[in-house]
Amino acid sequence: MNLSIKHLFGLEGVPKEDIDSILDTAFSFREVLERPIKKVPTLKGVTVVNLFFENSTRTRISFELAEKRLSADTVNFSAASSSLTKGESLRDTIQNLFAMKMDVVVMRHPVPGSVKLLAQFVDAVIINAGDGTHEHPTQALLDMMSMKEKYGSLNGLNVAIIGDIRHSRVALSNIFGLKTMGANVLLCGPPTFIPYGAESLGVKVTYKLDEALEFADVVNILRIQRERQGKGQIPSLREYRNVYGITQQRLSKLKRPITIMHPGPINRGVEVDSDVADSEHSIILHQVLNGVAVRMSILYLLAGGR
Amino acid sequence: MNFKMKSHLMDELALKRTVTRLAHEIVERCKGTENMRIIGIRTRGEFLAKRIARKIEEVEGVSIQVGILDTVMYRDDFRIKKQLPAIELTDIPFVVDDKILVLVDDVIYTGRTIRAAMDALMDFGRPSAIQLAVLIDRGHRELPIKADYIGKNVPTSDNEEVRVHMKESDGKDEILLVEVDQ
Repeated sequence: MNLSIKHLFGLEGVPKEDIDSILDTAFSFREVLERPIKKVPTLKGVTVVNLFFENSTRTRISFELAEKRLSADTVNFSAASSSLTKGESLRDTIQNLFAMKMDVVVMRHPVPGSVKLLAQFVDAVIINAGDGTHEHPTQALLDMMSMKEKYGSLNGLNVAIIGDIRHSRVALSNIFGLKTMGANVLLCGPPTFIPYGAESLGVKVTYKLDEALEFADVVNILRIQRERQGKGQIPSLREYRNVYGITQQRLSKLKRPITIMHPGPINRGVEVDSDVADSEHSIILHQVLNGVAVRMSILYLLAGGR
Repeated sequence: MNFKMKSHLMDELALKRTVTRLAHEIVERCKGTENMRIIGIRTRGEFLAKRIARKIEEVEGVSIQVGILDTVMYRDDFRIKKQLPAIELTDIPFVVDDKILVLVDDVIYTGRTIRAAMDALMDFGRPSAIQLAVLIDRGHRELPIKADYIGKNVPTSDNEEVRVHMKESDGKDEILLVEVDQ
């Protein structure tokens, strides 16, 4: 049951066997979340530090819950209220933290690759909770878990990822993971949102939403990052909605229902309409619950032996 | 790791008779089946629990719910093992409050699995009692735990192993005592 990886930096290069183990174990842990007492002693005595250098609601709470459900001790660190503001370097901050004996670090940082750098100077299990525009592996794993729950297998599943692919770490991790698991991936969005050379990742690309919907069993709809507005990538939110927004009207033209996913936070009425996001084909809230289970699974599989 | 066959503890027929006896003892001691629920510990305890439940259904003409428990999350030894044990699904499809829970496992040895199982069950609510049924009691307890229903007492030494084979997982029913070279 031991994974071949020691840290979770991203899903690039992570073998299928590891992803299978993570997802299977996650389904077992999800049962714990349905119990009257939602806590197991599995990681008693393991100390986890959540290092967040970027804002996060969902991911941070999800990790913290997962850690607490497993009885690990947790310490939260957010950059804004730390000695980093007094001029202490990142390396010093982290080495001081680890002088206090931490076993696991969950880190979100705006710089791509920062998690790998961290691994060079601390002896702990490192889990990437999002590094810039690079990867967000736990989000992709919970997405895959939700798809597996619905379809039984990822092999041969047609997944369309729609929206701002270029700035999305969720998209990149999903692409790596889904390709490893044998799914077919199609990216869709305006050309300014599709990274140059995306096809080299083994995915298809279209700029036409109807084509993507025709192809898909599942659509994973990415958030339009409002903070990137006014930089000339899309003319306006309204125009984006008209061309790429997932609406009931568009879906009703299809021969079969497709599953709706979104990593959150949702801009209702922009990338997806409310009635679609809340419809019976949406598994958005399953994704949130599965997120806690998948993080419990990763924590157990990477830190269970410590 | 080499092993040497020491003795044949049970064959298919003996196992069937033992299951029948355990089923009768459980019903007798629980005074019926109304407040009783059966929970099998993965992997072979699950199969055994289902067989006992089927036997009780046959005798009492009622339907018996069976839960499945995986104790790995509660174990105390995964940190000292080389391989991290896989965590399988726990499925307890009923409310345990005020019920007599009969835990079923194939072999009781140190008692640590049962300790973990009891801790797990307490997280599902407050059963009125927990009882324990095992196929083989091989001694060597490390915790103050005793089975309520025992298929067979088998004195063993530490270098021996009880191998339980069941049709559901191994293709045939038999229980062997083997000696293992460490």
